[in-house]
Amino acid sequence: MSDQSGIQRTKPAFVAPPAGHSGSGFFATTAEKAIGLARANSLWPLPFATSCCGIEFMSTMSAHYDLSRFGMERLSFSPRQSDLLMVMGTIAKKMAPVLREVYLQMAEPKWVLSMGACACTGGIFDTYSVLQGIDRVIPVDVYIPGCPPRPEQVIDGILKIQELAKEEGLRRRYSQEYKDLLAQYAIDQRP
Amino acid sequence: MSFAVKEDRDQAVRTRLAAFGEAITAIEREGDILCVHVRKAELHDVLRTLRDELGFHFLTTCCGMHFPRGTAGNHQHRVDEFGLVYHVHDMRAGHRLRVKCRTTANDLEFATATDLWPAANWMERETWDFFGITFKGHPDLRRILNMEDFPAFPLRKEYPLEDPTRQDKKNEFFGR
Repeated sequence: MSDQSGIQRTKPAFVAPPAGHSGSGFFATTAEKAIGLARANSLWPLPFATSCCGIEFMSTMSAHYDLSRFGMERLSFSPRQSDLLMVMGTIAKKMAPVLREVYLQMAEPKWVLSMGACACTGGIFDTYSVLQGIDRVIPVDVYIPGCPPRPEQVIDGILKIQELAKEEGLRRRYSQEYKDLLAQYAIDQRP
Repeated sequence: MSFAVKEDRDQAVRTRLAAFGEAITAIEREGDILCVHVRKAELHDVLRTLRDELGFHFLTTCCGMHFPRGTAGNHQHRVDEFGLVYHVHDMRAGHRLRVKCRTTANDLEFATATDLWPAANWMERETWDFFGITFKGHPDLRRILNMEDFPAFPLRKEYPLEDPTRQDKKNEFFGR
């Protein structure tokens, strides 16, 4: 489409429906897929920003890159109300128990996004005072490399998290695999 | 930033500290600042004199130092392994002074300076945290920057800087 000004205008893309059966006046799919769709497109992220990656995230969140296009309009600063823990920046060893506590306070289902070299591996801070990757204290779902990553990379990571949220079974937290994962981190999961 | 050298003030310090005799092992200019080397036993008395009589009402910083090989900077002579540096400042005169005190590894307890300058509290905690130097009379001597259960004093030179558990710097990943 183009109007008289010659500017190309495209229709906004809507969220595609999950696989299912449709006919005249009805659409049927599994509850798991419908709920996964809802979860994926209404993630409430908790930004755990400790350094420069947090600045890059602010840019991602604000008008130019506009993360709210992906259903992430509201940042939650309470771990009790958030689904996605975004760890952005260097985590000192002294901070590690705090990060772990925040993770434990989040309710299931929850995902963790590790942004930047420091959060993923310790980055340039190969030193006694810095945690060499947050996956030493909490399980991580998606890693974003870069120092710092560009906003496009952050968006790519968010989309990967959305894919996980869409595909994940509703009974993920009861699976043996998930229990084993948490056991690796000595996290006691309440039923 | 450098301060103008204040010869008259420096001379006043030299004159007053001469009364300490043997306790002052050296007074020398390091760049634009006068540096006083003090024997450990008289360190607290010298600091008190600097504050009360010579007008150094502000403690800029205090930190430890460690020279495991027994040599330091431009010094040709042997120095003791551990040490303490104080920087004091007389803001009214725009005059600064450096005080150094050296000690050996088996004599790491200093008298606290918190009774002279309350600002010494956190600085001495930091010195304890990183060098293991203790301060007698300090009100709350515990680690300040590192984890509470940190197993070592990391700024001692024998402690490795790099985290030994890091995986991604192993030679096999780089074909070495």
